[in-house]
Amino acid sequence: MFSKLGLKAGLLSLLIFLIFIGTWSLATYHKEAPAVSAADAEYAAMMGKGAGKTGGFPPPSEVGAAFVTYLSDPFYDKGPNDKGIGIQLAHSLWRVGLGFFLAVIVAIPLGFAIGMSPLLFQALNPFIQILKPISPLAWMPLALYSLKDSDVSGIFVIFICSLWPMLINTAFGVAAVRRDWINVARTLEVKPLRKAFQVILPAAAPTILTGMRISMGIAWLVIVAAEMLVGGTGVGYFVWNEWNNLALPNVIFAVAMIGLVGMVLDQLFGSLQKLVTYRE
Amino acid sequence: MTQHFLSVEGLQKVYPAADGKPNPPVFDNIHFGIERGEFVCIIGHSGCGKTTILNVLAGLEEASSGVVIMDGKEVKGPSLDRGVVFQSHALMPWMTVLGNVAFAAKSRWPEWSKAKIDEHCTTYLEMVGLGHAIHKKPAELSGGMKQRVGIARAFAIEPKMLLLDEPFGALDALTRGTIQDELLKVVQATSQTVFMITHDVDEAILLADKVILMSNGPLAKIAEIVEITMPRNRTRAEMHHDPQFYRIRNHLVDFLVNRSKSYAGSDAAVLHDARHPPVVRPGLAADEPPPSDSTRPILKQVVNQ
Ligand SMILES: Nc1ncnc2c1ncn2[C@@H]1O[C@H](COP(=O)(O)OP(=O)(O)OP(=O)(O)O)[C@@H](O)[C@H]1O
Ligand SMILES: [Mg+2]
Repeated sequence: MFSKLGLKAGLLSLLIFLIFIGTWSLATYHKEAPAVSAADAEYAAMMGKGAGKTGGFPPPSEVGAAFVTYLSDPFYDKGPNDKGIGIQLAHSLWRVGLGFFLAVIVAIPLGFAIGMSPLLFQALNPFIQILKPISPLAWMPLALYSLKDSDVSGIFVIFICSLWPMLINTAFGVAAVRRDWINVARTLEVKPLRKAFQVILPAAAPTILTGMRISMGIAWLVIVAAEMLVGGTGVGYFVWNEWNNLALPNVIFAVAMIGLVGMVLDQLFGSLQKLVTYRE
Repeated sequence: MTQHFLSVEGLQKVYPAADGKPNPPVFDNIHFGIERGEFVCIIGHSGCGKTTILNVLAGLEEASSGVVIMDGKEVKGPSLDRGVVFQSHALMPWMTVLGNVAFAAKSRWPEWSKAKIDEHCTTYLEMVGLGHAIHKKPAELSGGMKQRVGIARAFAIEPKMLLLDEPFGALDALTRGTIQDELLKVVQATSQTVFMITHDVDEAILLADKVILMSNGPLAKIAEIVEITMPRNRTRAEMHHDPQFYRIRNHLVDFLVNRSKSYAGSDAAVLHDARHPPVVRPGLAADEPPPSDSTRPILKQVVNQ
């Protein structure tokens, strides 16, 4: 029953993909003389290079070729402007991982404190409300100025954008732990640390992990933009660099990789979430 | 006055109203005592403050005035000396059945080894008939089984006193009966002191040594204390053959249906001495005219200490 549905869905997905590729092929099919539109030609001339690489929007075959080239050797390193996609992704993942980890270290204990103490909640709430809606990239100039290092600034931006969902979810999850469970712990005279780790943490874990999953999603969105801004390394820089080269097939390839890695990250947190979710 | 194992003196609880003005007290000037090894049930209409009283006894809530003294010490907060069985079982769903009970036992005896804790807890789980389910998660249990785990958890810490808030309220009649039997067995085996809230008159008669009747709130009072004079070895299956049963039952039902509402203005209230609420033994009363005549307050069997 299920596998039948799965099979059907799989076939349908395949069909949609083929239609997509087909439409794309048709739309980018080169006529005898590639009719570069006036604007394109002008733009290409203005950019001074790459005119040979672009004949309008690349057809699937060119993009496929880019996939093959890059995936066949993902870890080559030929100088600052030419690294394999694996290396670039590793740079991005490293920044995201570090920024996210720092955010976890701050958000979970602080969220715990806020969730446990109505006083702290009231006192910190205005700050959280003002800081939360700020686009993480808006911090970039301040970060660059005060941290004086583009790599560290990128990590800081990831830290800032991961912080809020985790902080808010942790505080909310901790504050919403069932009264009954707290009362059980109270009647058993459970010590504060044991209560935090054995009652409140497991009770709030599903909410906390939801916050972490949201944070990770945002962090992965933001890292691409941040790397476009600060340059150097990373998958965002790769996209920007290939755009400057007008190598659109490479850009499309990188975009697909960003989506793929984002999906894997999300599923990772999805399964972590499943692990801590309890049925009542 | 003799020294009770647990004595409640002048208990009052006021909840502030939403607009900040003082509400009338939920209950006022509550006095009663419980002896060691006694099983006391409290009955009263919804909202009269039973849960509040139990929470004060547990130390989970503070009374507005009055004191609770247990075993010579004032109750000032929750303590391992008083095991609580919550109405909604309150099991932690991320722990197994054994884990839940072991969590309690570990709180009581932090120095015990895991093996010793597990063995101790298994004994109590077997006592409530759950020996086969110790490694299940609460979500895999029926409502009655969950409640039994809650009872095992409270017993496992071997408290001086057990507090139960309508432990069987959410169960169907059949399951309820089985667990009542189980509770009765365990209580008799351990001669636990128990304070229990119930809405079920038959349950109170089966389990209790005495039943505290509360009038309706606000300003609820202990209207009277009914001693259950039937032999202690009564069983659910046999007890309604005892002529006392119906006298007691009628007395309790009559209170709940007729007298609890109008209690505030009745003669009984005027004669009422909050420190020594009337103690009655309807089971021992000879058959008499139904208590619906005008001399309603039944003060004939008062046997105050
Ligand atoms: N936290 C609270 N704030 C304000 N009023 C409360 C609060 N808790 C209880 N009350 C009030 O106190 C009264 C007694 O409540 P309590 O829960 O003790 O009743 P109960 O006798 O246990 O009722 P039931 O049989 O329905 O469980 C009720 O009128 C209720 O509205
Ligand atoms: Mg109640």
